[in-house]
Amino acid sequence: MQSAHRSIVRDGLAVGIATGAYGLSFGAISVTSGLNVWQSCALSLLVFTGASQFALVGVIASGGAPMFGAATGLMLGTRNTLYGLRLAPLLGWTGVRRAAAAQLLIDESTAMSVTRETSEEARVGFLSTGLAVFVFWNLATLAGALAGNALGDPRTYGLDSAVGGAFLALLWPRLTTTRNRLVAVLGAALAISLVSFTASGVPVLAAAVVALGMGLMTR
Amino acid sequence: MIWFAVLTCAVGCYVLKLGGLSVPPAVLERPVVRRIADLLPVALLAALIGVQVLAKGGNNGQHLVIDARLAGLGAAFIALLLRAPFLVVVFVAAATAALLRLAFPGW
Repeated sequence: MQSAHRSIVRDGLAVGIATGAYGLSFGAISVTSGLNVWQSCALSLLVFTGASQFALVGVIASGGAPMFGAATGLMLGTRNTLYGLRLAPLLGWTGVRRAAAAQLLIDESTAMSVTRETSEEARVGFLSTGLAVFVFWNLATLAGALAGNALGDPRTYGLDSAVGGAFLALLWPRLTTTRNRLVAVLGAALAISLVSFTASGVPVLAAAVVALGMGLMTR
Repeated sequence: MIWFAVLTCAVGCYVLKLGGLSVPPAVLERPVVRRIADLLPVALLAALIGVQVLAKGGNNGQHLVIDARLAGLGAAFIALLLRAPFLVVVFVAAATAALLRLAFPGW
């Protein structure tokens, strides 16, 4: 392996380990939100995109219908479609390879491949990061879910508060522009104002209207 | 019900990923689509924070409460200002709420 490739793989592994660590918090939060260990692990194996998974369990934790959680998760998953559009010409995979690679298409694998100069390097970056995150994220989910199950009342440990912190950490890197900050404030305000009048899960979905409106109005 | 939601989300998220890799870019790469897709996570994550931290109650109606969760979010905010990594932020939010509840039971 060329040394350039080796360093790309090393970076991918480092990202995988770091991301895996927060799979621990996902597993613990998931089981304390009312999912069982198998459901938590299925989310990490099959959905495999962190924000959507946190959203699904977050909605269930706040008493919302699971399908509202799934809908919120799907809307958050749309950003992976955009990543795919960017990466498709660079990776240049077709057929079975493309179908297999699709599952690894997430924030981290995109970040570690989109800036590469050659197709070869992009593929090494995508696969090493995607696979490393996949392995560590799933192992950590299982460990976190088993630990969370053993804890008892999650409120004692502030785990209900951890979910809000996790969402804020996911949102943070996106708050770079004034427009995004405005959308965040309006989205939160709309959701909070609807809490007392609508079924659980609805307020969060309603916030999509803010993104829609702002996207249509501004340029 | 939970399994159904898990599998729906799984299939849907996979289709969204595969779609991005398969669809000709011209179809989705219109600026307005791009903008909305960029803003969706911002609005949804912010809404999730609001509901997660302030709403209380189950399926039969929720109401707004200020409790230890809001203090946890404040602590997370400070941790992020100090550039703490993800796991530290989550831990700080949990620990703040846990300690407050230890001091003021029922909060």
